[in-house]
Amino acid sequence: MAWFRKSGKKTPGASEEDLWTVCPSCKAHIYKQEWEAELKVCPKCNYHARISCTERRDLLIDAGTWREYAGHVTTSDPLVFSDAKGPYKEKAAAAKAKTGLKESVLTGDGKLGGIPVSMAIMDFRFLGGSLASGTGEKITLTAEHAARHRWPFIIFSASGGARMHEGIISLMQMAKTCAAIARLNELKVPYISVLTDPTTGGVSASFAMMGDINIAEPRALIGFAGRRVIEETIKQKLPDDFQTAEYLLEHGFIDHIVSRKDMKEYLHRVLQYGKRR
Amino acid sequence: MALDFEKPLEEIENRISELKKLNEKADVSFDTEISALERKLRSTSKRVYSKLSPWETVQIARHAERPLLRDYIAGLCTEFLELHGDRCFGDDQGIIGGFATLRQHRVMVIGHQKGRSVEEKIEANFGMASPDGYRKAMRLMHLAAKYKLPIVSFIDTPGAYPGLEAEARGQAEAIARNLTEMSLLPVPVIVVVTGEGGSGGAIGIGVGNVVLMLSNAVYSVISPEGCASILWRDGSKAPEAAAALKITADSLAEQGIIDEIIPEPEGGAHRDPNAAIESTGDAIVKHLRRLKKMSAKRLIDHRYDKFSKIGRFKSRK
Repeated sequence: MAWFRKSGKKTPGASEEDLWTVCPSCKAHIYKQEWEAELKVCPKCNYHARISCTERRDLLIDAGTWREYAGHVTTSDPLVFSDAKGPYKEKAAAAKAKTGLKESVLTGDGKLGGIPVSMAIMDFRFLGGSLASGTGEKITLTAEHAARHRWPFIIFSASGGARMHEGIISLMQMAKTCAAIARLNELKVPYISVLTDPTTGGVSASFAMMGDINIAEPRALIGFAGRRVIEETIKQKLPDDFQTAEYLLEHGFIDHIVSRKDMKEYLHRVLQYGKRR
Repeated sequence: MALDFEKPLEEIENRISELKKLNEKADVSFDTEISALERKLRSTSKRVYSKLSPWETVQIARHAERPLLRDYIAGLCTEFLELHGDRCFGDDQGIIGGFATLRQHRVMVIGHQKGRSVEEKIEANFGMASPDGYRKAMRLMHLAAKYKLPIVSFIDTPGAYPGLEAEARGQAEAIARNLTEMSLLPVPVIVVVTGEGGSGGAIGIGVGNVVLMLSNAVYSVISPEGCASILWRDGSKAPEAAAALKITADSLAEQGIIDEIIPEPEGGAHRDPNAAIESTGDAIVKHLRRLKKMSAKRLIDHRYDKFSKIGRFKSRK
């Protein structure tokens, strides 16, 4: 599958690191070609590694149909925030340089198996996929765009939660995005939420949990509070499967667990039921 | 119980009360000394409280004697019919609510309750609500919508409860649902941050047409301690984090997050709870009168516009 753009050309006598990838979860050594053919899913433990928003878009959207929307929105520094590791401004600039993105979410529309959809795809590489002003604005604008066109809206979440560096304004994005989802509901526009590794904190406690259907990738970490915080609060060890996609399925908070390679087909099947009729 | 920065005041207060005792026993009068000390107390107190650091404000917002929701209800409502249970699992005590007559206005009151005595605190989980609390609040808000009652929501929580059971029963889902459904409520929603506005646990009942805040309350995306331990890798840097996060009422008003600051008596609401409660009542009623004139559709649009406007970002082609 050619969904993943290869970086650099293979040269004869490539080093070990060029040939092998270590699974971030089970630490198994996987032949890089296989890793990429498997869409960065570990063939040994089925861990679905974090992928970029563009990789994900290319897996889902029909070639040549993607149009970015609200792509002009980028970070500002409302609090002139600085912590032990330096100013937020510098961190944001580094994230932009590293990812080529302007915010932690890619938004736009395109066709999924021929069906027009609006989409927001979060990218964990951009400051941990954190929810801030720009993220909330992009998701809200795209939801409103979907509402105007009556296109189904799909969000892929990948986030550690609200971005502390923008303070209370980040918290307010939870209410802002949920209000936009509420409008979609009023208009009977389908909204599907896909939770990927990780979806925690303020993102889990806002739009990510509010899908008409919520689905997740296998073994994704999904939860409200951090594991360490909970363990410190209740003074006990948590079960190993705590806050996994499987745990949430068992507890009734997601509808289905869908593997990366089946995602497009699954979404397509679901969207058939949400067609306007 | 004096906070660290209140120690100079406590010292003067102690000396005044000692002199007053002596005054009663001895033949000599200490009146001049007493009034001098009282003048000093006033000026010191003005100095201390007029330039509180954000971290000192956090201490006042968390003060053990600060008025709690049940004090506001007792002070402002001639009737309170508490309603119980989320109809799913239980009756969380971290959030309480019910029908209330607040200065002659029939309303639905909901809010966090931290608890005063040790028993109450444990029962209320120190105001850290569980999913059942958020679901109870939403149930009562839907009931308010049905009966066309305005909603007054009091925020005072360190945060939503981070526990195993809370996660298992869907803390994230409960808060998310409240955010979504509160945005469509066809009745006025007045939110008052009375003490601590702790993150998702606060906004979970915080989607209002107006958001009011007491002058020494704080409202934050994360606790200063939590932020310090993540971004400074050192929980003791909480004072720095409190300053950087800009969580005080003044800062929040500047950021356009809150609509009005309710002034507290000098030194904080705990110094004169009745005065703080009365000012809060005045502010609530003022906004209630205004919002009651708005149609259901106007209220919903007003709330949507209020929140959709929040954000500070740049535009780059």
